Amino acid sequence: MSPLFLFLSFVALLSALGVVFAKNPVHSVLFLILTFFSLSGHYLLLNAQFLAAVNIIVYAGAIMVLFLFVIMFLNLNVDTEPHKPALAKVAAAVAGGSLLLILVAALKDVQPTGVAAGTAFNSQIGMVAQLGMKLYTDFLLPFELASVLFLVAMVGAVMLGKREAGERNF
Amino acid sequence: MQLTNRAKKLEKKPMTLAERAYLPAIFQGLSITMRHFFMKKATVRYPEEVRPFSNVFRGLHVLKRDEQGRERCTACGLCAVACPAEAITMVAGERKKGEEGLYREEKYAISYEINMLRCIFCGLCEEACPKAAVYLQPDKMAPPRFERDEFIYGKDRLVEPVSPDERSIRGIQLTPEQADTLRSKLQSA
Amino acid sequence: MIELPALGWQSIVIFVVFALSLLIATYCTYAERVIAAFLQDRVGPDRAGPYGLLQPLADAVKMFTKEEFFPGGANKALFVFGPCLAMITALMSSAVIPFGNNMSFGNNAFFLQGIEVNIGMLWVFGVVSLGVYGVMIGGWASNNKFSLLGAIRAASQNISYELAMGMALIAVLMISGTLSLRDITLQQSVAGEWHFWNIVKQPLGFIIFLVCAFAETNRTPFDLPECETELVGGYHTEYSSMKLGLYLFSEYVNIFVVSAVMSVLYFGGFNFPFQYELRDWFVSSQGWELASAQNLITLLGTVGLFLKIFAFIFFFMWIRWTLPRFRYDQLMRLGWTILIPLAVFNILLTGGLILFGVI
Repeated sequence: MSPLFLFLSFVALLSALGVVFAKNPVHSVLFLILTFFSLSGHYLLLNAQFLAAVNIIVYAGAIMVLFLFVIMFLNLNVDTEPHKPALAKVAAAVAGGSLLLILVAALKDVQPTGVAAGTAFNSQIGMVAQLGMKLYTDFLLPFELASVLFLVAMVGAVMLGKREAGERNF
Repeated sequence: MQLTNRAKKLEKKPMTLAERAYLPAIFQGLSITMRHFFMKKATVRYPEEVRPFSNVFRGLHVLKRDEQGRERCTACGLCAVACPAEAITMVAGERKKGEEGLYREEKYAISYEINMLRCIFCGLCEEACPKAAVYLQPDKMAPPRFERDEFIYGKDRLVEPVSPDERSIRGIQLTPEQADTLRSKLQSA
Repeated sequence: MIELPALGWQSIVIFVVFALSLLIATYCTYAERVIAAFLQDRVGPDRAGPYGLLQPLADAVKMFTKEEFFPGGANKALFVFGPCLAMITALMSSAVIPFGNNMSFGNNAFFLQGIEVNIGMLWVFGVVSLGVYGVMIGGWASNNKFSLLGAIRAASQNISYELAMGMALIAVLMISGTLSLRDITLQQSVAGEWHFWNIVKQPLGFIIFLVCAFAETNRTPFDLPECETELVGGYHTEYSSMKLGLYLFSEYVNIFVVSAVMSVLYFGGFNFPFQYELRDWFVSSQGWELASAQNLITLLGTVGLFLKIFAFIFFFMWIRWTLPRFRYDQLMRLGWTILIPLAVFNILLTGGLILFGVI
């Protein structure tokens, strides 16, 4: 365990806790961004540069911007927070607790497979070229399906934005 | 209702492809600004570079003296009457014996004040003056000052100085050219 | 000469790149004012120093000595953090740009580049996409509705144009097959054969990228986040002193970085025509060593890259003082219904051309 790994894990855990405990939703989102950054740091430690960059671009750069955007629009603060009944709080605690229980139960006996103890770590495994080869050979169908899905979503967005004939809003 | 026959009749046509592509119009605009980039600049870099006054420029007033250095003004008040801004006030007085070298006429202005904040530099006082005493100089302006009362120019600052190099009490100094002409005039007199 | 390990050389390069991007951004403020003046038949600032060259210094002194103001009800920590973040992200992206080929002194060889990584393009793209956080956080923390509107505009604008920008980049990737900016540059010039810069292969992609670059750096005609006519000062309405200075400054650093990226991706980076012929001429007719001839070519290439960058910066300013601002719905319509379909079409076109072996 390198000091860098320890530091990144520390930051990741702390900021993840910050997400949950922050009173202000905007702070919460900012902590989440910090969490993504420390996760990207972990990817870099694993020599997965592509994954790290994409994680930052997609999650920190795009999705969290949208989160922040919506939260700023809603103007959430202490005054507007709806009062939650005690029953809801208990139900939330029970649901969250059982999720934790299931996760722990499911993962406690897991042995990492694929990397047998004897084989050396392939430092090139996370590089773009390796990833591309894997995606376009072993996972071609799921990859293409996902890309078609994204294309459809994008075309849908463009279609929604298109002005209909005769419509004038200004 | 048609108000003018110069109004251009506009028809709203759907835009052509070139218009909708924006780019031709953008390049047109860019070429216009680029032409201006190489044009001659209109800026006058003021302290180093002074724009010449017009020949008919009407600037700061001066009360002239005659050839013997006597004040021409006789305090008739025609300039004050002519003044549309009512900027001129004066007090008339009688010339004493022994003052013939100072004032040309028997009546003279004890005080003569022009409020430069009111003055519109129209030059009507100059036209009204029967004695050719008040002139608006073509090369001097009333400079900006900090206090309002500093804009009320009295005789100390209005009357043409006798000595070319002396500064009057409130700080009027002749320009070098004016000093030179005055000097040559005094020498010839 | 001091013997330095390769890492030492590299850190000097990083420091120089850092200082250079700050210096260029400083003088961009001066250039902007002079170019604006010239395009409007004026002469611009000419009082501070010869030709007004000390004007940026005077501006900096003014910025530093102005009153530090915190609006009431502002989130203080985030209010300070916003401009810092804007500046950090702007400066980070120049790390991977190859400003020159390799230099070698004896056994030491180093790249004129902060760091060479195989995901250089993604790095630039990612960091540029983070730049909007500085604007958003600053705008929100100001506790002012105009700032908030500016921040929201910045966010939606950046997300919309990032899509088209990314897809224009994908077309470049399809030709080059690598994400490393250095490799992309080297591919655009091969010794002994006719090789064109990417602009010849990607004219449509370049135009899309250029338009998106304007939107990403919040420059006119897409400077709606700081639109004075509608939003007072946009996201930096409440900012004063050097915090405002950092925002204005980061914009110029961003312009520098985006210009550098465009030069590298589409205009051959540090390559210039006949560089190999020139190097061989130095070696064969002038009797130079190959290494020193290569060093000279590298330096010339760096100068060439900076000329390209300056040309782009000039273009940015030229556009700013020519075109009026878009309306917000026009901006969104341009991004979503014109640029994105065009970018998809460009990808298809590039794919077809590659398939039939044209490029």
